[in-house]
Amino acid sequence: MAAFWHDPNVRMVFWALVKILVILQAMLGVVSYMIYAERKIAGHMQARVGPNRVGPLGLFQPIADVAKLFFKEEFIPDGANKVIFHIAPMLAVIPALIVFSVVPFGPQDALRVTDLNVGLLLFLAMSSIGVYAIVLGGWSSNNKYALLGGLRSSAQMISYELPMGLSCIPVILLAGSLSLVEIVRMQEHWWFVATPFGLLAFAIFMITALAETNRAPFDLPEAEAELVAGFHTEYSSMKFGLFFLGEFANVISISCIAVTLFLGGWNGPWLPDAFKFVWFFLKLAALLFFFIWVRWTYPRLRYDQLMNLGWKVLLPLALANVLVTAIVVWWRAQG
Amino acid sequence: MTEYVPVLLFLLVAIGFAGGTIGLSSLIVPRRRNAVKNSSYECGVEPVGDALQRFTVKFYLVAVLFILFDIEAVFLYPWAVTFRRLGLYGLIEMALFIVILFVGYVYLLRKRALEWD
Repeated sequence: MAAFWHDPNVRMVFWALVKILVILQAMLGVVSYMIYAERKIAGHMQARVGPNRVGPLGLFQPIADVAKLFFKEEFIPDGANKVIFHIAPMLAVIPALIVFSVVPFGPQDALRVTDLNVGLLLFLAMSSIGVYAIVLGGWSSNNKYALLGGLRSSAQMISYELPMGLSCIPVILLAGSLSLVEIVRMQEHWWFVATPFGLLAFAIFMITALAETNRAPFDLPEAEAELVAGFHTEYSSMKFGLFFLGEFANVISISCIAVTLFLGGWNGPWLPDAFKFVWFFLKLAALLFFFIWVRWTYPRLRYDQLMNLGWKVLLPLALANVLVTAIVVWWRAQG
Repeated sequence: MTEYVPVLLFLLVAIGFAGGTIGLSSLIVPRRRNAVKNSSYECGVEPVGDALQRFTVKFYLVAVLFILFDIEAVFLYPWAVTFRRLGLYGLIEMALFIVILFVGYVYLLRKRALEWD
């Protein structure tokens, strides 16, 4: 047994599993209380008080909601493709979770699951897979609203994936690496958001992040006024819960990546190295608040406006930004 | 390759978590099925026809355009990583690449492929 424990591979797997389970638990906690925060903030923005019945200040509301979802009746519509109907909500959660395996929360090795030299590509790949959840969920429900929601969403998400991928390239040019740890290290003295092209890339990234996570003002896949509930019209019980969890997990993982790429990750003044991770979580909280703030401030776009913004504004802007950044980086290398 | 093992572990944990949640809840939730409840939701009206009907071809067009531009974006990543080593040569090559791409983009605009009315 002792020899088994001293095997470095076994220890690596053990500690990786510990970190993964901690992240999973933390993520569930953050999602629960982000939903609570969203309802509270939305309430105050609309001169209401928000949830305040379950526990002090309504703080136990998320627990009550999860328990309710867990015991709700589930039904599968006639004519639904049962296998895909079950796989879709799982696909909504899994990619969003895997992104956390490359996010560096702090400078120490213990504060990240792993450091891939293609960490950024893993994030982009996972955000592409997230589209499948909504398309398959909408298609397999055998419901017209769900199908329309799924179609809209697939077109929207792939359209906004292009500017999102392109807005990451200035960061790669500046950092010269795809490893997220390396990208954060390069921002020790100067965050990428504090450069003109970095700022533009950050703005494009955040707009596309709103669209990729289907948050208002880009929540057309589930526009309740026209599509009932969009792709998850026929979902109930915990399968609906997973779609809900997936949306918020996506918001958190995309915010983590935005903090890493543009806002300097764990870098910040005053705190000693051991507490640098506090900066990461402060920036993350600020971005999460930004997501909530936008949702309750802007009205939903019309579909042609949405596609025009993606294809005619953000895509050429992101492409031009790549060229300008490349020229500036080359110019600096000369001088 | 060992740095990829934790990603694989995370995948397994995530699948376990997602599957477990659905599995566990489906063990305990009530199921009282009847024909009306199981019919697909159409605002309370009897469902008309099949849900999987024909839809506008515009969506296919967007998908095809996406593949073209996404492949181009994929080419940009390795270029961006090695940009400092490539120097002026890399800059000019990629500027040409982006200009050619931009010509294609202008063609799309002129063909009104991106209009939604």
